[in-house]
Amino acid sequence: MSMAANPILQPTIPQTAERENYLNKEYGAWSWLLTTDHKRIALLYLLSITFFFFIGGFFALLIRLELLTPAGDLVQADTYNKLFTMHGMVMVFFFLIPSIPAVLGNFLVPLMIGAKDLAFPRINLISWYLYIIGGVMMLHCMLTGGVDTGWTFYAPFSTNFTNTKIVEAGLAIFVAGFSSILTGLNFVVTIHRMRAPGMTWSRLPLFIWAHYATSIIQLLGTPVVAVTIVLVAAERALHLGIFDPKLGGDPLLFQHLFWFYSHPAVYIMILPSMGVITEIIACFSRKRIFGYHFVAFSSIAIAVFGFLVWAHHMFVAGISVYSALVFSFLSYAVALPSAIKVFNWTATLYKGSIHYDAPMLYAFGFLGLFTIGGLTGLFLSALGIDVHVTDTYFVVAHFHYIMVGGAVMGYLGGMHFWWPKISGRLYPEGWARLAALIVFIGFNLTFFPQFILGYMGMPRRYYDYSHMPEFQILNVLSTAGATVLGVGYLLPMVYFLWSMRYGKPASDNPWNAAGLEWKTTSPPPTFNFDEEPIVTWEAYNYEELDSPDKGAPHKEGVPVAK
Amino acid sequence: MLNNFPLWPEQASTLAAHVDALYIFLLIVTGMMALLVFVLIIFFAARYRHRPGVRAEQIEGSNALEIVWSTIPFLIFMVIFAWGAVVYFKERTPPADATEVYVVAKQWMWKVEHAEGQREINELHVPVGRDVKLIMTSQDVIHSFYIPAFRIKQDVLPGRYTVEWFRATKPGVYHLFCAEYCGTQHSGMVGSIIVQEPAQYEAWMNGGSTGPLSATGEKIFAELGCATCHRTDTQGRGPNLQGVFGKPVQLEDGRTVTADENYLRECILDPGAKRVKGFQPIMPTFQGLVTEEQVNALVAYIKSISLSKPADGARTNAGLAAPDDSDRIDAGAKIQAQAQSNAQPKRSQVQ
Repeated sequence: MSMAANPILQPTIPQTAERENYLNKEYGAWSWLLTTDHKRIALLYLLSITFFFFIGGFFALLIRLELLTPAGDLVQADTYNKLFTMHGMVMVFFFLIPSIPAVLGNFLVPLMIGAKDLAFPRINLISWYLYIIGGVMMLHCMLTGGVDTGWTFYAPFSTNFTNTKIVEAGLAIFVAGFSSILTGLNFVVTIHRMRAPGMTWSRLPLFIWAHYATSIIQLLGTPVVAVTIVLVAAERALHLGIFDPKLGGDPLLFQHLFWFYSHPAVYIMILPSMGVITEIIACFSRKRIFGYHFVAFSSIAIAVFGFLVWAHHMFVAGISVYSALVFSFLSYAVALPSAIKVFNWTATLYKGSIHYDAPMLYAFGFLGLFTIGGLTGLFLSALGIDVHVTDTYFVVAHFHYIMVGGAVMGYLGGMHFWWPKISGRLYPEGWARLAALIVFIGFNLTFFPQFILGYMGMPRRYYDYSHMPEFQILNVLSTAGATVLGVGYLLPMVYFLWSMRYGKPASDNPWNAAGLEWKTTSPPPTFNFDEEPIVTWEAYNYEELDSPDKGAPHKEGVPVAK
Repeated sequence: MLNNFPLWPEQASTLAAHVDALYIFLLIVTGMMALLVFVLIIFFAARYRHRPGVRAEQIEGSNALEIVWSTIPFLIFMVIFAWGAVVYFKERTPPADATEVYVVAKQWMWKVEHAEGQREINELHVPVGRDVKLIMTSQDVIHSFYIPAFRIKQDVLPGRYTVEWFRATKPGVYHLFCAEYCGTQHSGMVGSIIVQEPAQYEAWMNGGSTGPLSATGEKIFAELGCATCHRTDTQGRGPNLQGVFGKPVQLEDGRTVTADENYLRECILDPGAKRVKGFQPIMPTFQGLVTEEQVNALVAYIKSISLSKPADGARTNAGLAAPDDSDRIDAGAKIQAQAQSNAQPKRSQVQ
């Protein structure tokens, strides 16, 4: 690049000024917009998904405010319907799915396996541009009227009844979907081909295993939702009879196609989060992960079984009793690997040396919320109960416990854990612990009452519940919780920004953590490592790191059991 | 006792007790699982908190433990699965002699027709202690007929019938919700289920009826000229419909299907799709010519001239409850049949 950095514009911070790294190498706008450095692309993603997170969060806030009173008094029915639709679409397709893979995964996958970059740096940049094109289309769609079908696009409502911007929203998701496919492709090839010498599959951090499993889903699942969107557009624009029975179509076909992607999509959101949590628990317990291979293969098992359970969203949709039986059974099968993970994480704490730093608080929060989310999934997989609670707030609570309680806790935990590496700065620990606590309390206050609401029978997607005022108390609690949660989400954004300028410079390995990413500088240089690392150790070699002769914090030589 | 607990929905059907029993079982089991995990985490986090000088003890793992904590949850899951399946079978299998009520959903309204001819909008009167089977279809988009106090819910689809049933146990007025998002006034698509003592119900039933639904159907049958082909002897150009309901029917393409409500409905709206063996494809489609209510009346009429008391009614009902399952044909043939009916667009309508 000809636009070399103007030395006058160099920040006055001594630490970053003295060593060249990926952040201070160049400063021009083009050095960011045309970068092929996976770390810079990760930051581009970080900015864009944060933007969409707060848009989606704003919609959520309006939804919760409307539900404060039984009557539909804050917004019109159509507006409310658009709010929950856009909340879902933005959060699912433009925040949760790219969140951990595209930010932390992008930043860390090459660093963790000892590579200079991803296998296809330019494709990585293209994937960000596709995301932005999709995002701009989605913004345009929202600003010019939006969509009111719910993020699920159920036909024939979406194809022949609503007069909102289905095709445009579908196209936005279609384009963003390719961003997701390309990221997955890049990770799979990178993990197969670019591992440093000695970095065998069983030495990989479990974060990498989780991202590998996620990438498989992105590669195999996302094309199906793309096809589904094309079919919706074809029926809507060309009146081809695909889903609407009046045109000779089958509305259940839509649901099968949609959930074939959208159920595995939940695992795109939660698997990377599980990977993050695994790293954090190992570091702050100073221990190798209990049952490494079980945790690794359970990620793959989740990815595989995740493709076989889609019709558990359809137990009352009109599928036969026997197919419902099969899908109920398989749903219990997919619950098992998640349970195995939780047990292994818990066992990892046993005889650890546990530190309560902010990332670990998020990990504890994850364990609590994910366990509740997972266990309530057992209710929904039980056919007899699903009939009563499906399409009620019970489901809303359940998937928020998984997708927000699980995925977002993991995302925030990971952001705190790797923030010193990403920014070269330390965040303020006290504030971070406070934020973790606020998020945990706010989250439970928001979503736990919704389980009760759901079993009481309150249907989801109702903007007006004046026929059933008995639901109000729980809704008020939920809205109160949402405001607390909102504060909890705003705080990290504020102090992360603050720390970029005022935070203490971070050392290369402030947590004394295992993993190749901690063996390079903070922030890392453009090509990550000055020389190619050669790996001779297992992942999570905390025994070595903490052994006295390595100059680690602990001085006494305590004998270590096998 | 449960009914006095304000955070618990009212229990007003026979199914509700079954669902609640399983729900309470799940609350206890998952509560214990959660408690176990949380207590361990909190205990470990406190007991093994970092102390200067004390190092973590590295443990590789334990295959025995992995097997234990995979097998035990799996066995518990299977108990939940089996119990859930049993309850679901109850929910999806209407008793053979249930009173039939037709429901037509549209944006944003529930239209109800009783077999005796009473019509209601956004209300459904039923007597206490009688099995009631709802035969439901939609005029436009997908809706869902949900009665929380009865713990039942079933999506209502355009283009086919779906079924749900209940037996109310307590007089009262209960919420009826549309549970599948259906557009602007989705949250206004609510109504009431009015459960009455039998005597009150009879009194309500006797006021202002237009005659039984099957009689309406007979009139439509005559007006549309159906009887010219569907004669009551063997000489008609179409099959004799006497006694056909609930019986297996041989199709021209070699398949056998059960003549349930969905089959009769399909024959009226798309006669070419499953043509009876030995008859020419001469029947025109009535798609667009008859309303959903008229189709319901025709189906009710054909049922009424079939069997006064279907001996194999239970089987028929099961078949209807699962619209995709004609239990007379094996799974392979069924898939093939569905594939064929999907692959053949309703071209016959054009003729």
